[in-house]
Amino acid sequence: MRTSERLPGHPDFLWATADPKSSYDVVVVGGGGHGLATAYYLAANHGITNVAVIEKGWLAGGNMARNTTIIRSNYLWDESAGIYEHSLGLWEGLEEELDCEILFSQRGVMNVAHSLGDVREGRRRVNANQLNGIDAQWLEPDEVGKLAPVLDVTDRPRYPVMGATFQPRGGIAKHDYVAWGYARAAAALGVDIIQDCEVQGFETDGDTVTAVKTSRGRIACGRLALCAAGHSGVLASQLGVRLPVQSHPLQALVSELLDQVLDTVVMSNAVHVYVSQAHKGELVMGAGVDAHLGYGQRGSFHVIEEQMAAAVELFPVFARAHVLRTWAGIVDVTPDASPIVGHLAQWANAYVNCGWGTGGFKATPGIGSVFADTVAHEAPHRLAEPYALDRFVSGRLIDEHGAAAVAH
Amino acid sequence: MSSRLPTGGTRLDRSRPVTISIDGQDVPAFVGDTLASALLGSDVRLVSAGIYSGRPRGVMGVGAEESNAFVQVTSGPGEPMVRATELEVHEGLSVERIAGRGWLPEGIDHTRYDKVWAHCEVLVVGGGEAGVTAALEAAARGVRVVVCDDRPALTDARAGELVSHPDVRVLTRTTVVGAHDHHHLVAVERRTDHLGDDAPPDVARRRLWHVKAAEVVLATGTQERPLVFPDNDRPGVMLAGAAATYVRRYGVLPGHRGVVWVAHDDGLADAVALADAGVELLVVADVRTTVTPALADALAERGVPLVLGAEVVGTDGDDDGFLYRVHLRGPDGVVVHDVDLLAVSGGLNPAVQLWSQAGGKLAWSTEAAGFVPAAPPPDAAYPLSVVGSALTGATGAVTAPATFFCGDVDDADAARVYLDPQRDATLADVRHAHLAGLTSVEHVKRFTTIGTASDQGRGFGVLTVGVLAQVLGRPVTEVGTTTYRPPYTPLPFGLLAGRDRGALSDPVRVTAMHDRHLAAGVPLEDVGQWKRPWYFPQRGESMHDAVLRECRAVREDVGMMDASTLGKIVCHGADVGEMLDRVYTGLMSSLKVGKVRYGVMCSPDGMVADDGTVARLSDDEWLLTTTTGNAASVLDTLEEWQQTEWPDLDARFTSVTEQWAVVALAGPRSRDVLAGLAPDLDVSAEGFAFMEWRDATVAGLPVRVMRISFSGELAYELHVPAAWGGALWDAVASAGGVTPYGTETMHVLRAEKGYPIVGQDTDGTVTPVDLGMAWAISPKKVREGRDFVGARSLVRDESNRPDRRHLVGLVPVDGSTAIAEGSQLVDAGADLAAVPVPMHGHVTSAYASVALGTPFALALLDGGRDRLGEELDAVDLRVPVRVRVTEPVPYDPEGERRDG
Repeated sequence: MRTSERLPGHPDFLWATADPKSSYDVVVVGGGGHGLATAYYLAANHGITNVAVIEKGWLAGGNMARNTTIIRSNYLWDESAGIYEHSLGLWEGLEEELDCEILFSQRGVMNVAHSLGDVREGRRRVNANQLNGIDAQWLEPDEVGKLAPVLDVTDRPRYPVMGATFQPRGGIAKHDYVAWGYARAAAALGVDIIQDCEVQGFETDGDTVTAVKTSRGRIACGRLALCAAGHSGVLASQLGVRLPVQSHPLQALVSELLDQVLDTVVMSNAVHVYVSQAHKGELVMGAGVDAHLGYGQRGSFHVIEEQMAAAVELFPVFARAHVLRTWAGIVDVTPDASPIVGHLAQWANAYVNCGWGTGGFKATPGIGSVFADTVAHEAPHRLAEPYALDRFVSGRLIDEHGAAAVAH
Repeated sequence: MSSRLPTGGTRLDRSRPVTISIDGQDVPAFVGDTLASALLGSDVRLVSAGIYSGRPRGVMGVGAEESNAFVQVTSGPGEPMVRATELEVHEGLSVERIAGRGWLPEGIDHTRYDKVWAHCEVLVVGGGEAGVTAALEAAARGVRVVVCDDRPALTDARAGELVSHPDVRVLTRTTVVGAHDHHHLVAVERRTDHLGDDAPPDVARRRLWHVKAAEVVLATGTQERPLVFPDNDRPGVMLAGAAATYVRRYGVLPGHRGVVWVAHDDGLADAVALADAGVELLVVADVRTTVTPALADALAERGVPLVLGAEVVGTDGDDDGFLYRVHLRGPDGVVVHDVDLLAVSGGLNPAVQLWSQAGGKLAWSTEAAGFVPAAPPPDAAYPLSVVGSALTGATGAVTAPATFFCGDVDDADAARVYLDPQRDATLADVRHAHLAGLTSVEHVKRFTTIGTASDQGRGFGVLTVGVLAQVLGRPVTEVGTTTYRPPYTPLPFGLLAGRDRGALSDPVRVTAMHDRHLAAGVPLEDVGQWKRPWYFPQRGESMHDAVLRECRAVREDVGMMDASTLGKIVCHGADVGEMLDRVYTGLMSSLKVGKVRYGVMCSPDGMVADDGTVARLSDDEWLLTTTTGNAASVLDTLEEWQQTEWPDLDARFTSVTEQWAVVALAGPRSRDVLAGLAPDLDVSAEGFAFMEWRDATVAGLPVRVMRISFSGELAYELHVPAAWGGALWDAVASAGGVTPYGTETMHVLRAEKGYPIVGQDTDGTVTPVDLGMAWAISPKKVREGRDFVGARSLVRDESNRPDRRHLVGLVPVDGSTAIAEGSQLVDAGADLAAVPVPMHGHVTSAYASVALGTPFALALLDGGRDRLGEELDAVDLRVPVRVRVTEPVPYDPEGERRDG
């Protein structure tokens, strides 16, 4: 019987569980990837170490633990390409930066086209990527088949593969390793990581947020940085701000461990399936967003059924794999499917980072550094400027809906 | 040594021997065996290996709690990672051993999987004693009952009564795997897996049941959990209850010389059963210091020594790693026993997975030493109850779990205390997680991978919680469990896909003329779910030549196309006009009966969402057409606005897309053709003006004729009830010299006129003004401040910046080089290597044009209307084509051809 290689182990020490102090220079709300990365870069890049990350549950147990870990930067618009390519650059040096394994694997990400419209949009995005200096290729069906032999590129499927965009530098990482790596590095720099600490309200004075009221007591804050993904709307409303964010369940699943059959990440927006085979051998797949709104971390079974039908249609050999576990995260979707980063409306010392929808994981290092810079300088970082909340008033939207680049 | 007893085995049919094979080695078995019982019956102890360690692993359990014995099925369609304890044997069953990782057989799985829906008042999960009682009680109330049980048959004495009850449906070999919101439970029924080649070809192998139940009763029983100790993973170490079950169900003696080590009364009863079956029990050890006297007496009667307050501290393996010695520490020190069986039982976990999935809370029960159902789901949408042993777990369980959670094992030994054998994860890993600073059970699960394998923690999950509590020095109640997620047991992808594969994976929509297109051998284009004729090649003709010919025919003569896929929505009600004024940018309420108007819909951000025509059929009946792709979303949008924002408006919407077939007739000779087909219709320019409709008899058929043009030529749309679509197509086709054309020619003709296609020339970032269609926004509505969807957004500064992207035309400067769709527009002569290269827009549509004599394109270009005549490079895959910016209406800009 053939045995497998163990994954690299974890560091001997990750982070110490902290109790809240009475006051911090910066309180980051949300102990997911974005919150942890923000705290880390505040400390590492800006010397701001009197920082607390407060998390209502267990660290990185929200979307950070529930996403399908796809990393890419091949977005259509310059603004998106800017932040995601910045992020990808950081991913490429992150193991060194954090001094721990994150299993970052640049195995390439393929977005498959199934119609003339898909082809047109895919070519448009490849061209935009290439002119923005992002590695992007257009693959004809036979080239798709070479990179992913188990993907059926014949004309048998209901919607045959007509080509694909491909970003070789894209890939996957191990989400827990990433979150814990940031937590470890941040804690080592003096950041307090506080779990089981739910925000219950805020204290304000004029245009300033002075303290966060939590389930573990009052915590005074010099600045407030919200990184709460699907719950951002709830938090902001406690400060009287109505964010243009809708929270939906988004489901994902894994199979049992299987011998390697898929060496790259394959995404198909047209038939709603995206899949990679993770390091241990499990197929990791995501579904389409559940249409209903809600904060319950469970989705509708029919969405999983539709996703499996699409997967089996594209990858006939998957028919015999088994779904071992399904789960859902809560994705925060804005009207233009792009994030909100910057000042939280009228509040002088409060900042928000949310609205990443289905695509937040890949942005983790990039937005962590950009948001930390924004909070540190009390002014939007260059890459954050287009993502200000007031674009929903001005109309200067960054609409990634229209292009095939919308998901994940 | 394990072996088959000469008699016994409630599930066996000893009259039906079969032969199975593992790694090519034949193994005799009986119908009714599982793979696990067959292997044990032939003393085949090695079933799998540790995924990383390669350590030999055998059968530990007897059901869904098994976490070791997974195999690859290689007979039939093949299947990876199948649990040996649930795999029923059949002649020819062939499996291979695997080390924690399976493989996907090549080729398409042609197995038939079906889905079935059932509705009932009461769903009972589990057909044991408690389940049968609950089901009979419900049936006595006269309501519909469904009972699901994962075993081949119910064994309760009342099973016959239940099965024959007219209101009861009993599903055996059926596992309920998911408890979802809205009374929705999902189950999988295994219908032919146990039949092998004898499976009837017309019976689906497995069925996925969607059960909608008013009330759910969980009679799911318990799952046995082990005790842990160093080297607890050897073949020969089994669960005590499982060992006794192999005797009872399968007539298999799981070992000849054994030690039993338990922590609750049921485990002692299992020891008695093993002794009675003929296992030589050297000693029965119990964690507890007091036990129920009757059980102690029963062992004493059989001459089996009972040691209390004892624990196994290790095992030794033979050369193959199989169990042959147990180190048992009792009050008098450690005693070593030579054995081939170590049967252990740490307790019975209530099977609470479905309860937990449905949102039910769990509580640690000291009496049961396990998590039992506590409060029902706080937001339970349906009554959910638990009956039987699933409520209580083990009896007489140990009250101080210190010992059986393995507290005092030293670190060297801890690396051989397996807490998830399938993942080769150990007590040492848990300690490592703790030393690394982790305190949450969720973190420890992720750090160690315990509970992530095929059994999803059913085997060792509760033990791990106990171990962690011990490591953390906190009570079990504070540590809690991880969340149980669906499915309860692994579900094949193919089963979830069901029949939705191949042609059925998404409905294929075809028009009423589709058989004509097939007969003509026309290449089809997928447009959403529709199959549409792409072009109509003559013999040996290329697509390029065919499209040029079709274009020429329409421009110079007459052509016809199947336009049936146009979205069509009929609106009724006194307030339809007002409603349409609010969803279109233009003014619709003023439209007269008999007239047609072009309309644009925006989304709330002011961006073009769809376009089409509005025809007023009568005072209170209107017909909208939409783009093919947006037919459903436009209907959704209308209904959403009407139902959520304007319920006061009297307006109702009905999709009639499929009810009407449409033939477009276009070209300068179209009037003549129509006149020939509809002699009673006044087709004169004065009698039937542009953007009017008429009811007419065309070729003897009742047709609604609309004078609409999507090519710039004189043109008509002939709408006919779908049943006559083929007849109408035939009539027009035989009217003489009418050239059929497809979607490609339609695209070329409309592009030559600068008519945008929503979704191709727009992408959700384009306003009507950007398209040069400011005229489509009603000045009257704007003047009067009447609101419509998108109105506010259209007056924002951002929507009126002069450098917004405008729709323009492009032609190659050399007059011949084709421009590629999707090209990005950059400064002429820009250095493409000097990234980032500033981009000013992109090519949305591009075609060869017989009318223009040059390739041409439509593009969205920053401030494009102010850049006419400018030269740019259109870059596709790093290749530039020099282009000149033109008006977006390259052909017949004055619209002189519209009236023929």
